[in-house]
Amino acid sequence: MRTARRLWRIYGGYAVGFASLFLLWHLASVYLVSSVLFPPPAAVFRKGLALTRNGVLLEHLSASVQRILAGFLAGSLLGIPIGLAMGSFRPVRKLLEPYTEFLRFIPSVAMITVAVIWFGIGEASKIFLIIYTTVFIVIINTAAGVSAIAPNKIRAAQALGATRTQIFLHVALPATVPYILTGMRLAMANSFTTIVAAELIAANEGLGKMLWDGRMFMLVDDIFVSLVTLGLLGFAVDRMFRWSIYTFAGKYSPAT
Amino acid sequence: MSLVSFRAVTKIYRSLQGVDYPAVERFTLDIDAGEFFCLLGPSGCGKTTVLKLLAGFEAPSSGEIFMDGRRVTGASRDRGVVFQGDDSLYGWLTAVENIEFGLRMRGMARAERRRRAMRYLDLVGLTGQERKYPAELSGGMKQRIQIARALVNEPTMLLMDEPFAALDAQTRSLMQLELANLWRTTRTTVLFITHDIDEAITLGSRIGVMRAGPRSDVKGVIDVALDGARSRTDDAFIKYYKQVYEMIRDEVAKSIARAG
Repeated sequence: MRTARRLWRIYGGYAVGFASLFLLWHLASVYLVSSVLFPPPAAVFRKGLALTRNGVLLEHLSASVQRILAGFLAGSLLGIPIGLAMGSFRPVRKLLEPYTEFLRFIPSVAMITVAVIWFGIGEASKIFLIIYTTVFIVIINTAAGVSAIAPNKIRAAQALGATRTQIFLHVALPATVPYILTGMRLAMANSFTTIVAAELIAANEGLGKMLWDGRMFMLVDDIFVSLVTLGLLGFAVDRMFRWSIYTFAGKYSPAT
Repeated sequence: MSLVSFRAVTKIYRSLQGVDYPAVERFTLDIDAGEFFCLLGPSGCGKTTVLKLLAGFEAPSSGEIFMDGRRVTGASRDRGVVFQGDDSLYGWLTAVENIEFGLRMRGMARAERRRRAMRYLDLVGLTGQERKYPAELSGGMKQRIQIARALVNEPTMLLMDEPFAALDAQTRSLMQLELANLWRTTRTTVLFITHDIDEAITLGSRIGVMRAGPRSDVKGVIDVALDGARSRTDDAFIKYYKQVYEMIRDEVAKSIARAG
């Protein structure tokens, strides 16, 4: 009984919010639009269930998720050390800022053509695009995190006898983690945009391809299944990030 | 020979516009081992600059600082520092992990450093709070962690930069009392920065009054011949208060006039 009440307090709001979203969708599609081009949620879920049973949805989903994960992880692993170096050493910052400040304004969607020319329509071009869309946000957030460290944190460590390396590992790095996670969270949202756009243009499977096929063959339900899957997937991943940021940053002073 | 010796120390800060600001000029002061030295001055007089220089966080523009006969060239664990705000604490570490930070950096074995940290945790009155994170603790408790974190490292001296200035009045009085007791048991040399005359007389064995900045230095030093617990209502306390007040009054007026 008590657990039920606790669960309700934590998730009740979400449950009601989601329920109202589907209710509004249902009302809009049945009474307001009433067209085959805007199916109600029940029809979409039936279609989703069917596509799950025959494995089609899973195939598209896993193709997109694999691309996002590979590119996102590679982009983060590349971006974090570069961001740390830029935040820690002024010459490195001066040297690399032209790159980050120039390239981050070229949207990854604009790079799709170049990516396809360079890497073909296979996995390489998609992973390149996800890396591209991830790396700059992670770099900029990481560097900002390093510069935001309170000087007194470093000074305290110096006065306690820590070496430069120790200060980097035990003060600068943990103090920057919430910023890194925030950068990764933003990058993840971008990865979704990018992967769908890339798959729309050139791919054999993936949620973006599913949208494209839906348009080609007038499978409106399929389009909505893909859209809902994207929304749910994004929501789940973003929750994971928020949770890990909270776990790290929750121990922080409220200001950070 | 004194433990700490400032010899004609000048510190000039340069603003982004390229204007020089001499915070302290030919600052000269000696602090003996075992003293509780309070450096008192109006705001903006360079008190914190003096502490930063002795801590080794900043280098003097000219002049020299000696500690234990050696020239100060950088921060070292023989000078523990307690900062005014709580931004020096490590928010991702618990209270006890913050306290043992210095010992951990030295490579001390886990069990031993935990044992020592717990002893100092008790000493500053934080028994039972060891697993809390700084964000879960009150301002006074956070300052206690800072004090324990500095003391467990067994520094030759403790540098305290207005450590109680951000606390509410009741907590501040309590912390002053506890620090006075702590000092009587440990007899660690302390340089304590404050702008509060009451606080200086409550804690100090000597009080140095600084002139209003810029180009500040020590205007005069007063020996506080009070022993044991001090009460603000004692005649002797009031006598010292008047003496210090006489010395600092003009400096505060100057400081306010210059700031305005």
